[in-house]
Amino acid sequence: MPQYSPANNKFQYCTDKEICTIEKKAVELRESVVEMLVEAGSGHIAGALGTADIFAVLYHKILNIDPKDPHHENRDRFILSNGHICPVWYAVLAQVGFFHKNKLKTLRKLDSGLQGHPRKNSVPGIENSSGSLGQGLSQAIGLALGAKLSELSYRVYCMLGDGEMQEGQVWEALMYAGNKRLNNLTCIIDRNNIQISGYTENVMPLESLREKLEAFNWHVLEVDGHNVEELVNSFNMAKAVFERPTAIVAHTIPGKGADFMEYKFEWHGKVPSAKEAKKALNALRSLEGRIKCYDDE
Amino acid sequence: MQLKPALAVNTNLLLNDRMHGLNPSLKSTKKAFGESLLALGKEDENVVVLCADLNSSTKTDDFAKNFPDRFFQVGIAEQNMAGIAAGLAACGKKVFITSFAAFSPMRNLDQIRVSICFSDLPVIMVGAYAGLSPSADGATAQELEDIAIMRTLPNTVVLSPVDYEQTKKATEASVTLSKPVYMRLCREDTPEITTASTPFDVKKAQTLIEGDDLTIVCTGPICHEAIIATKKLTENGIKPEVINVHTIKPFDKTLLLQSATKTRLVITVEEHQQSGGLGGAVAEILSEEMPTKVLRIGTRDTFGESGTYAQLKNKYGVDSEAIYSLAVNNINKK
Repeated sequence: MPQYSPANNKFQYCTDKEICTIEKKAVELRESVVEMLVEAGSGHIAGALGTADIFAVLYHKILNIDPKDPHHENRDRFILSNGHICPVWYAVLAQVGFFHKNKLKTLRKLDSGLQGHPRKNSVPGIENSSGSLGQGLSQAIGLALGAKLSELSYRVYCMLGDGEMQEGQVWEALMYAGNKRLNNLTCIIDRNNIQISGYTENVMPLESLREKLEAFNWHVLEVDGHNVEELVNSFNMAKAVFERPTAIVAHTIPGKGADFMEYKFEWHGKVPSAKEAKKALNALRSLEGRIKCYDDE
Repeated sequence: MQLKPALAVNTNLLLNDRMHGLNPSLKSTKKAFGESLLALGKEDENVVVLCADLNSSTKTDDFAKNFPDRFFQVGIAEQNMAGIAAGLAACGKKVFITSFAAFSPMRNLDQIRVSICFSDLPVIMVGAYAGLSPSADGATAQELEDIAIMRTLPNTVVLSPVDYEQTKKATEASVTLSKPVYMRLCREDTPEITTASTPFDVKKAQTLIEGDDLTIVCTGPICHEAIIATKKLTENGIKPEVINVHTIKPFDKTLLLQSATKTRLVITVEEHQQSGGLGGAVAEILSEEMPTKVLRIGTRDTFGESGTYAQLKNKYGVDSEAIYSLAVNNINKK
C-alpha cells in the first residue's frame, strides 16, 4: 500500500536503475498508443507519443496514488487539460493497474469507458472531463483549493498543451493560481510547438512563455520532456517551492519515437496506416538496446 | 350590491393573503438567497461560494464576511470560476457560483457544460439579474435565453423560484440534490406570493389559484402579473387556473396534464424569450401527451433595451394586460 499523508511531500529521487525502468515503461506506452489508435481508426497521436515520458514519470514515480483505492481522499490528483492526448493517459492507467490492458482496444468504441476525450470517472483514474480546450487548469485550481480547505496534503498536477494556451481561460487560471500562491499545484506544459493547423509560433505565438508565466507569479522550470531524470528532479523542485505554484515547461518532440512523425504538425490529429504503424512499432522496439540499462547487482 | 366573484386561491399552500392586491408587499429574491447562503454556511462547513466581482449585487457579502476561508473571489473571470467550482465539487464541496445570469451561465456556458454538467458535479449556478429586471442597464445585462439553454443540458436541474420565501427554500433544497443546479433570480424586489409556511418540493409544481376555463402556467416573480390578470379575468367571468412552475427541470408533468385536461387552453408566462423556455417545455409535453392549444407570453425573438422594469414588461408584452388580452381573445377559440 502506498503511504498517504504526509508521504506526499517527501522527495522522490530515482536510482539509475529506476530511471531505466521508467524509460522502458514510456516505450511501452508509445507502443500501446500506436496500437490503440490503429485499432480505433481515429485519434491524436503526436502529443500522446510526445508526452509518454512525462506520463511514465508521473505514474511510476511521482503521483501518490493507489489503483486499488482510486477514490482515496488524499490521493494526488492528475488533471488532463488537453484531453485529445488521452490515449496515453488510458495506457498508463492500465499499465499501473487501474483497469485491465484488454480495455485499451476499446478506445473510441461504443459503450467503452475509453472515450475519444476524457469523461470524469468513465474508468477508474480519470479525474476530469476535458476536450474543450483550456479548462483543466481551472479544475486543478479547485482541487488544490479543496486540499487546503480540508487540510489534506495531496498535490495536484495538471497537464496543458501549449496550443491551448491561446484560450483566454488559461490566463484567468494562471492569474488566479499565481496570486493565490497555490504551492500544491504543479502545471506541466507540453511545449511541443505544434497545434492542429501548424506550428504554434506561426498560428499564434506563445513566446516568450517563461516571462509570461513568471509575470503571473509562477515558478517556472524548463526541462527536456524526454529526460526522465530531469523530469523527476523538476517535480521534486516543485515540491520545494513554498510561495508559488510551479509551471514545468516540458520541451517535447511531437510524435517522439516514430521518426517519420517527429516534429510534424500534420500528425497532430492523424492516425498511422497499418504500414506506418508497423514502421513506428519497429522503431520503438529497436530502442531497446539504446536505453541505458544497469544490470542487477 | 353585487359581490365580485372571489379568486379560488389554493388554501393548502398557505399563500400570502395580499398576493393578489395591487400593492403587494415586496421583497428581494437576491436577499433571500444571501440569507439562506449564510444559514447553509453555518450548518455545513462544506458549503463554499465563488463570486466574480459581483458579491454585493448577488448578496454573497454576508457569507464572505462570516466565512472568509470558504469564499473565493475570482475577479471578473466567469470561465475560471466555473472550472474552479468543478474542482471544488470534485473534492466533496457544495459549491455555489454567482454572477449575473448574462455572464454565468451565458459567458461561461462551455465551461459549465464540460467541466460541471458532463462530469455531473454538484455545483449550484446562481444567475441573478435574470429576465428584464436589470432594466436600466439595457439588453446586455438582461438575460432572456438562460432557461432555454440550461434546461437542455443533461444532468442539470433548473430552478426559477417565484419570490423571497420560495428562493430561500429553493436555495436550501439545491444543496441536497447532488446535481448541477441552475437557479435564476430577479434584480428587483418582487411581490411576496408564498409564505414561510408554504410547502416546497422540487418535484411538485404549485396550483396557486384554481379555475376551470384556462390554465396559466408561469415561472419566477412574473407570476404576480398572471395573478393580477387572473383577478381581472375572474371579475369578468373567466376563471383561470394558475400554476407556478418553480422547477422547470425536472418538470412536473402530472400537474400540467391534469390542469390542461380540465381547461383545454394553456397560456405560459415567463420573463424570457418566447421560444425554448417554460413555454417550450409546456408545448413539448402537451404536444406529445395531450395536444392542447398553448399560447406563450414572453419576449418575441428580440433583445431588450433600457427603461424602467414596468415600462419594459409593458413594451415587451410580459405584463398582466398582455396576459388578460391573450386570454380574452382566445377563450372562445379552444
